Amino acid sequence: MIGLVYNEMLKMVRKKRLWVILGILVILIPIFTYAQAQTLERAAKQIGTSDWKVVLKQQIIDQQNRLTSSRLPEEWKAFIKLNIQQQEYYLKNNIDPTAPGAPTFMRKFVEESVSLFLPLLVVIIAADLVSSELSSGTIKLLLTRPVRRWKVLLSKYISLLFATSFIVLSTAILSYLLSGVVFGYGGWDLPVLSGFQEKNGALLTEFVHLMPQWKYLLMAYGLSWLACITVATVSFMVSVLVRSTASGMGIMLAAIISGNLLMQLSPTWGAIKYFAFTQLRLTDYLSGRPILIEGMTLPLSIGVLGAWSVVALITAFVSFSRRDVLA
Amino acid sequence: MNQTAPVLEVKKLSKQIGKRKIVEDITFEVQKGEIFGFLGPNGAGKTTTIRMLVGLIRPTEGMIQIGGYPLQDQFIEAISQVGCIVENPELYPYLTGRENLEHFARMMTGVTDEWIHEIIRLVELEERIDELVKTYSLGMRQRLGIAQALLGSPKILILDEPTNGLDPAGIRELRAFIRKLVHEQGISVFISSHILHEIQLMCDRVAIINKGKIVYTGPVRELVHEEETRIEWRLDPLQSGVQVLKELSFVRPVEQTEEHLYVYMPLDRIAEVNEQLTAKQIKVTGIRPVQATLEDLFLQLTGGETKS
Ligand SMILES: Nc1ncnc2c1ncn2[C@@H]1O[C@H](COP(=O)(O)OP(=O)(O)OP(=O)(O)O)[C@@H](O)[C@H]1O
Ligand SMILES: [Mg+2]
Repeated sequence: MIGLVYNEMLKMVRKKRLWVILGILVILIPIFTYAQAQTLERAAKQIGTSDWKVVLKQQIIDQQNRLTSSRLPEEWKAFIKLNIQQQEYYLKNNIDPTAPGAPTFMRKFVEESVSLFLPLLVVIIAADLVSSELSSGTIKLLLTRPVRRWKVLLSKYISLLFATSFIVLSTAILSYLLSGVVFGYGGWDLPVLSGFQEKNGALLTEFVHLMPQWKYLLMAYGLSWLACITVATVSFMVSVLVRSTASGMGIMLAAIISGNLLMQLSPTWGAIKYFAFTQLRLTDYLSGRPILIEGMTLPLSIGVLGAWSVVALITAFVSFSRRDVLA
Repeated sequence: MNQTAPVLEVKKLSKQIGKRKIVEDITFEVQKGEIFGFLGPNGAGKTTTIRMLVGLIRPTEGMIQIGGYPLQDQFIEAISQVGCIVENPELYPYLTGRENLEHFARMMTGVTDEWIHEIIRLVELEERIDELVKTYSLGMRQRLGIAQALLGSPKILILDEPTNGLDPAGIRELRAFIRKLVHEQGISVFISSHILHEIQLMCDRVAIINKGKIVYTGPVRELVHEEETRIEWRLDPLQSGVQVLKELSFVRPVEQTEEHLYVYMPLDRIAEVNEQLTAKQIKVTGIRPVQATLEDLFLQLTGGETKS
C-alpha cells in the first residue's frame, strides 16, 4: 500500500499540478495583502487621528459608561465586558488593532477563501486524479497488475488527502510569510472573540469568550480543512464517474459556485442546507458572522458535509471496482 | 500445478454490450512455450476478447483460466502470470522510462532492480531510459510497453496488435525479440493481428475470429494450403487465357480484374501451364505468386462465398 501511495504522490508531483497551486497562492496572496493594507489605511484616515491609543481609550470609556446602565440585559453586559477586556489587552501590550500582524491576515484570508478559493484549488488536483488515467489509457496498465481495484483507488484517495492537507497548510504558511512583509510577523497571542451562537434570528452572546489568535487560527484552518476534504471527496467521485477531466472540472466548478450563489440568493429556502457546497463556510461559526441559512449549527453543517463525503466515497469505490474498462 | 495444463484456457467466452453481442462463445487454449495468433479483421472483437483476458471487462458468460487459476475468482493469482499490452502502450509521458517501470514494479512483489536493469537491456532502451517518455518515438514506446509487460516475469504475454505503427524494420525486430523471449524464457505469447502474413511468420497456432465468433482454430501451417498457392497471371489476350486455365483441373480461379487473373494452383505446375498457354498463342506477360491475405483465407474457409 505504501508503494501504491508513493506512486500516486509521484505522479501528482510530476504532473506539476501542486506547483501550479503554489504559484497561484504566491501570486494572489500579495495582491490580497496589498488590498487589505489599502483598506486599513483608508480606515485610519476616516477616524481622523493617527494616534490609535486615543481612539482605543475613548472606546473603552464609552463601553464602560454603557455598562452602568441598569436597563442593559445581563448577557449584553458580559459581552461588553469581553470587548473591553480585548481592548485593554491591546492597550497594555501596545497593539494597534487597526494594524494587524500576519496572523490576523491569515485569519481573514481563510475566512474569505474557505467557500470558493480553497475549493477551487482542491478541484484542480482532485478532478483529474482518476479521469486522467481513464482518458490517457494508463488505467489499463494500472488495473492489470496483481492489485485489487479498490486498493488502487484507495491509494489515490489517500494521496488526495495528503494533497488537500498540503494545500491548506501551504495557504496558511504562505499567507503568513507573504503578508508578514507588510503587516509584521507578530500577533499570535492577540485575543479574538469567538463562541457566538444564533437562535431564532438573534445573536446569542452568552457563550462568547476570548481566545488567543493562534488557537482561533488552529480551529479555523482545521474547519477549512474539513470543508476542503469534502470538496476533494466529491471531486474524487466525479473524477471516477466522468471520463473527461475537463467535464469533471466543469461539473465541480459549477457545483461549488452554485453553492455559493444559492447561499447568497435564497438562504430561506430550507432545502439548500442539504447541498454540500452551501455548507463550506464553517469558519463563520467561529467568527460570529451571521449564518445565512436558518437553523444551521456547526454540528449540522459538519454532518451534511460528512454525509456527502461518505456517499461520494461509496459511489466512487463501488463504481470503480465493478465497471468495465473500455478506455 | 500440472505441467501439461494449458497456460491460458478460455471456454465459451461471450460479451454483450447493450444489445450487441460483441464476442460470442469463444473457446481456445494456449500451451506453454507456444506463440498463439489471434487473427481477425477490424472490429472482429479481438481487443474486446483481450480486455476480458486481462480482467479489464467482465465476460457476460464463460470462463478464463490463466496458469490454472480462474481469472474471475482468483484475480490476483491469475493476473500475476500475465504481462500485457492492450491496444497502444500508454505509459506516463511525464515520467521517464525508468520511472514508469519502477512505478509498475511497485505494484508487484519481487521485482528486483537487477531484473528491471535486465529488462531495459533486453528491450535495448539503455540509452534513453532516463529521459521522459514524451520524448520517445512510437517504436521506443512499444519497446517500453513490452518491458513493463515483462516486469512480473509472466508465464504468458498478451499483446494486442503490437506491430501497429512500426516500420518494417521495427516489425522484424519485434518478431525476432518475441521468438527470443519464447526461446530463452519459455514464455507463451498470445498475439492479435489483422494481418495474416504477420501471424504466419510468427505463430505456431492460430484462432481466427470474425464478427465475434471463432471460425478456425489450428496450426498456422495448415491454414493456407501449401500445395495451393495464389498466383497472379498476366495474359494477353486475357479472356482466352482464362478459358484455358479454367479447363485445368488443378487450377481454381479466384478473382479476375481488367488485366490479371488470380488463381489457386500448385507452384510446381506453373511451367506446365505456361507451356500450354504459349502453345495456344496466348502471351504470358507475368507470373507472380501472391501472399495470401486474410480476405483470401476467409474465402478459403467459407468455401468461396464472400464474407458478409
Ligand atoms: N464500448 C462499446 N460499446 C459498444 N460496442 C463496442 C464497444 N467497444 C467495442 N465495440 C464494438 O465491438 C466490436 C469489436 O471491437 P474490438 O475493438 O474488439 O475489435 P478489434 O477486433 O480489436 O478491431 P481492431 O482490429 O480494429 O482493433 C466493434 O464492432 C466495436 O464497434
Ligand atoms: Mg483492436
